Amino acid sequence: MSTVTPALLTNTGALRNTVGLRQIVDNTLTMAWRGLLKIKRTPEQLVDVTIQPILFTLMFAYIFGGAISGNVQDYLPLMIPGILVQTVITTSMVTGVQLREDMDKGVFDRFKSLPIARISPLAGALLTDTLRYAIAITLTFATGWVVGYHPAGGLGSVILAGLLVMFCAWSLSWIWAFFGVIARSASSVQGLSMIILFPLTFLSNAFVPADSLPSWLRTFSNINPVSHLVTAVRDLANNGQIGMEAVWAVAGGLVVVAIFAPLTVRAYMRKA
Amino acid sequence: MVSTSRPVDLAIEANGLVKLFGTNRAVDGVDLAVKTGTVYGVLGPNGAGKTTTISMLATLLRPDAGEARIFGFDVRTEAQIVRQLIGVTGQYASVDENLSATENLVLFSKLLGLRGSAPKRKAAELLEEFGLTEAAKRPLKNFSGGMRRRLDLAASLIAQPPLIFLDEPTTGLDPRTRSQMWNTIRRLVAEGSTVLLTTQMLDEADQLADRVAVIDKGRVVAEGTTGELKQSVGVAALQLRLSSTTDIPAARVLIRNTLGVDSVVSPEAARLTAPMQDADRITDLLVALRRDGIAVQEISVQQPTLDEVFLTLTGHGAETGEADADTTPELETAR
Repeated sequence: MSTVTPALLTNTGALRNTVGLRQIVDNTLTMAWRGLLKIKRTPEQLVDVTIQPILFTLMFAYIFGGAISGNVQDYLPLMIPGILVQTVITTSMVTGVQLREDMDKGVFDRFKSLPIARISPLAGALLTDTLRYAIAITLTFATGWVVGYHPAGGLGSVILAGLLVMFCAWSLSWIWAFFGVIARSASSVQGLSMIILFPLTFLSNAFVPADSLPSWLRTFSNINPVSHLVTAVRDLANNGQIGMEAVWAVAGGLVVVAIFAPLTVRAYMRKA
Repeated sequence: MVSTSRPVDLAIEANGLVKLFGTNRAVDGVDLAVKTGTVYGVLGPNGAGKTTTISMLATLLRPDAGEARIFGFDVRTEAQIVRQLIGVTGQYASVDENLSATENLVLFSKLLGLRGSAPKRKAAELLEEFGLTEAAKRPLKNFSGGMRRRLDLAASLIAQPPLIFLDEPTTGLDPRTRSQMWNTIRRLVAEGSTVLLTTQMLDEADQLADRVAVIDKGRVVAEGTTGELKQSVGVAALQLRLSSTTDIPAARVLIRNTLGVDSVVSPEAARLTAPMQDADRITDLLVALRRDGIAVQEISVQQPTLDEVFLTLTGHGAETGEADADTTPELETAR
């Protein structure tokens, strides 16, 4: 038996049972750093925010441009904000899928045994994902620029529009994170998210003017939050205007966060 | 030096721990008392509740009943403190597969609050200590089972925790890596850490542990030093294989006369098995065999096995499927 006492035992009174805000921020940043390392190790996971925006922008522009707006150039101001929202919103789904995969891994057991903020793996993942959105947004606008989309609103408005989309995608990612926490497998998270996202992004004014839709679909499209976001991005990028639509988009995002953040955190803490 | 009045002579104190998975009582009232600075072995077959017990003590699972204290801190209400005092090395390596060895250790160091260049230094130091320096930058996917286990243990030691949980630390390791792991565990204890390890091998508990608890079906069925445990199970057996079956009756008489016990015969192999209470008298037997011209082909001593421990303690052996896992551990670690 030994007479040496490990350092921590000599002063157990200094140990605290709580986690301070500074530690939460600190642990979250470390977890986000882990997310970046993972991206560095497996860059192929960025396909949905790199290749996909470029490919879809080009495809949609040249396939639908003539049919919907008479020519490609006239279609771009309508379509680029649409494809931007569609791409970024869809990529937000990855949050849930990756969270599920992560929670099934052995490393999560270690996270649970460490004296860290319990929420930090989740918060870190949500933080890293904003980088994915930023990449998708930048590449969509850049591809648009190459094929001839020069937003009349100017650079400032475009950046603002990008931030708006990023915020809405981040809000929605809480829903997928919730699925990620409660679902049994990563593929079920993906399936569930797709069923919600596909109608939501396509049954909107993202790719066609809403008045070209049959009336019942137009009604849905008009209440679809994705339509509001698309219109808000168009107002900003094409006219430099912040309208009611932007307010609705932000408000909608806040409502989603208000509902799903507590739900997710509660379910997560129970499992973590 | 100790600024609190908490008793630290017991590193682990558990009373009536229970964990239910559905209707299955995985852990069914486990009591443990582990003295600070000792190695404590928890012995049992697969599914006995070893991992579940560790998980509760390490705050990974909430007990359904009973209570447990780590250095006097409650695992339920003071979990965050408990986590600052323990290191956990699981049965399955709990490291990030996507990162390199260095990145893993840097990640955990950062999470534990090391700042600036400290995480990198700590990582390099631990990799050196565990002989992983050359593999530091390689992706973990190419690591062998032994390397993974060492990295996992290294990750548990970053904060130099006073209590370390090792869940089957050598399952699936080759004999050389196993003895390296044993040396590491001995060094940890020499440096003042308390270690609780689970194992399926009586030999491992014998080599390392000061005290042992035998767990079966979620209950502690025996507790004591390894010596006490073996005595409770029975003695080692002497096995003799004779060159000729015709010598068997004569050899049995000699065994009776020199060792004072009856031997069991397996005629097809000309094998005799006798309980060995006093090793010193074996010499007498061998001398007698030579004197009478009885040729011996093979002599061996059979230690009590985990199976026998179980048979004696519980009235049933370690179940067949589980005994298989004992001999082919690599099947079990492949998740």
